Amino acid sequence: MEKKTHIFSILVHNKPDVLARIAGALGGKGYNIDSLCVNTTTQNDISKIVMTTAGAQATITRIENQLQRLVDVISVDDLTNVESVHREMLMVRLNLTAQNTETVKKAIDMNKWKVIVSGDAYVIIEITGDKTQIDFSLARLEPLGITDITRTGLIALKLED
Amino acid sequence: MLKGTEILLKVLEEEKVDIIFGYPGGAVLDIYDQLFKSNLKHILVRHEQGAVHAADGYARATGKVGVCLVTSGPGATNAVTGIATANMDSIPLVVFTGQVPTGLIGNDAFQECDITGITRPCTKHNFLVRNIGDLASTIKEAFHIARSGRPGPVLVDLPKNVMAAQTDYDPDKVTFRNYETPYKPAPKKMANVLDMLHAAKKPLIMTGGGVILGRAADELTQLARKYEIPVTGTLMGLGSFPGSDPLWLGMLGMHGTYYANMAISHCDFLLAIGVRFDDRVTGTIETFAPNAKIVHIDIDPSSINKNVTVDLPIIGDTKATLKDILRFMEEHHYEQDAASRKTWFSEIAEWREKVPLTYCQNGEVIKPQYVIETLYRLTKGDALITTEVGQNQMWTAQFFHFDRPNSFISSGGLGTMGFGLPAAIGVKCAFPDKQVVDIAGDGSIQMNIQELATAAQYNIAVKVVLLNNGYLGMVRQWQEMFYEKRYSHTDMTYAPDFVKLAEAFGIVGLRATKPAEVETVLKEGLAVNRPVLMDFRVSREECVYPMVHPGESISQMTLGSREMIN
Repeated sequence: MEKKTHIFSILVHNKPDVLARIAGALGGKGYNIDSLCVNTTTQNDISKIVMTTAGAQATITRIENQLQRLVDVISVDDLTNVESVHREMLMVRLNLTAQNTETVKKAIDMNKWKVIVSGDAYVIIEITGDKTQIDFSLARLEPLGITDITRTGLIALKLED
Repeated sequence: MLKGTEILLKVLEEEKVDIIFGYPGGAVLDIYDQLFKSNLKHILVRHEQGAVHAADGYARATGKVGVCLVTSGPGATNAVTGIATANMDSIPLVVFTGQVPTGLIGNDAFQECDITGITRPCTKHNFLVRNIGDLASTIKEAFHIARSGRPGPVLVDLPKNVMAAQTDYDPDKVTFRNYETPYKPAPKKMANVLDMLHAAKKPLIMTGGGVILGRAADELTQLARKYEIPVTGTLMGLGSFPGSDPLWLGMLGMHGTYYANMAISHCDFLLAIGVRFDDRVTGTIETFAPNAKIVHIDIDPSSINKNVTVDLPIIGDTKATLKDILRFMEEHHYEQDAASRKTWFSEIAEWREKVPLTYCQNGEVIKPQYVIETLYRLTKGDALITTEVGQNQMWTAQFFHFDRPNSFISSGGLGTMGFGLPAAIGVKCAFPDKQVVDIAGDGSIQMNIQELATAAQYNIAVKVVLLNNGYLGMVRQWQEMFYEKRYSHTDMTYAPDFVKLAEAFGIVGLRATKPAEVETVLKEGLAVNRPVLMDFRVSREECVYPMVHPGESISQMTLGSREMIN
């Protein structure tokens, strides 16, 4: 069967070990979590976890069932086949040298990248977008002298309930 | 203002807990001090694993939540095997563990361990109570979670300082979440079931532990009898349909009856209720019930299409669903086709005749099956039976016929050796007037033999029927069959004199070495109102037959030597 990436939006009770429970329930059964984003919702005692995982439909159903079994899980929503918007965020630190400063500045202007902070020897850029956009930007940043990056997991939101 | 320990005992009282099994230690001293002042019955076991198995036996026999209490660190880790056992068989337990004071958690304090971390994968849920304010609601929630939906063990970790702290307690103000999902009738699915039954010429019911847990045995029996559908069951399903009923085909699977496995392999409609299609039951998945439309009723969606892909899943409580099916069939005046049933029954009868469940009691050596058959005859089946794990367990499943639910108590999923004796103690505590028998092997019994002291201390009159073959019999059987008789470390001939050991524990020890002595020893052992260990020296290399070799279809059974078959 064809493997496909699925996006789960999971509402959970905001308890200290809820992430361990989710990771354990899936890891213990041999399922892989590809990306993960967690934060509280408008209610402090409820968190939303957006998780991506890949698998054939049967595997995805099992993952969903395992999540549903957890006592602290309130709801599990598979956003894969519903209209939703997706974002990831990337922060990149570039090394600034006498040789590359001009090139970097040009690239920043041309691509309309957002600079979060910069110093004499570095600049940190913020990029948000869906996975393709981030991958694309990353490819353009690569030749400019990346010293470090950090990238969030995917977050997603349905257009309508 | 009440102390944490007082609140604990109050909530236990409100939950109608009448007995707990436990073992004291540093972190639970305050709780034990409160127990000293309370009327709650506490059974002091000799090892924490025994406490959990005893609570488990109690839960399986009564259908109520079993409760145990152990200390932190090693007390808690010793309980883990018992918890995992209950988890695999969906048994409702609440396990209280002591914990070091909250200020010391994470400091590697004496007897500290992260027991909620350790038991996360083998509990239904667990809690660490960090504040006295959460204590009452957490305990209530633990009981609710343990018994609701698909039941399971819940662990509550109680730090010492939380139990010593004080707070106001008003039972009416305790709130917690409700996890019970209401039963939703599904008329379309009922119609599907009916259509499938109409089309079926060879219908079969497969019953499992979910029927017992869901208290649905009556409905199941009614359905099978009214519409003349033969029934087979998993190990955990034994007792959910009367074992003495002519419609009963016995257990299916690796050591199931030939006729049950043939019926599975030939049926064209399979109603599977409260089962999870364990690999020991199905054999190779591809050849399991190959001709059948399968309906699977289970309360846990994660059981559906996990191992066997089914035609019609029905997620729901087994009792409510069976009631619905019965009502629907009645309303639609379903009547079985007498002619096709007759053909189906005669086909089954032929299999039954070809390979009956049998063994050969000849010569001067006791056959283990003979001991179980005699026990069945003498008790007229009116006994609560626990088993250890291995050959003793399979022979019990084959030769003791269970007519009532909650009467066969055995570690099915995890296959925990050492389960039977402490479980029997728990069962006997729940039903002091019933005959409670642990059918044991000499390997398994030694895993928790210390619990004979518990039985002796409280005069819990359990009867241990020890099928002593001087081997880890089931492992030896596999070595015989698949490892050219290289009996690597399965010879247990070096063992204590079990009769003397029983006497040393202060209980009755009896022994039979010849077939003629079996009945006498059983009669004597059953008659005494004290714990008894009966040491039956049985045929050393008897194998459990029939058998499906691992990785084969359940229609391919090894039947044993010809002398096994009449």
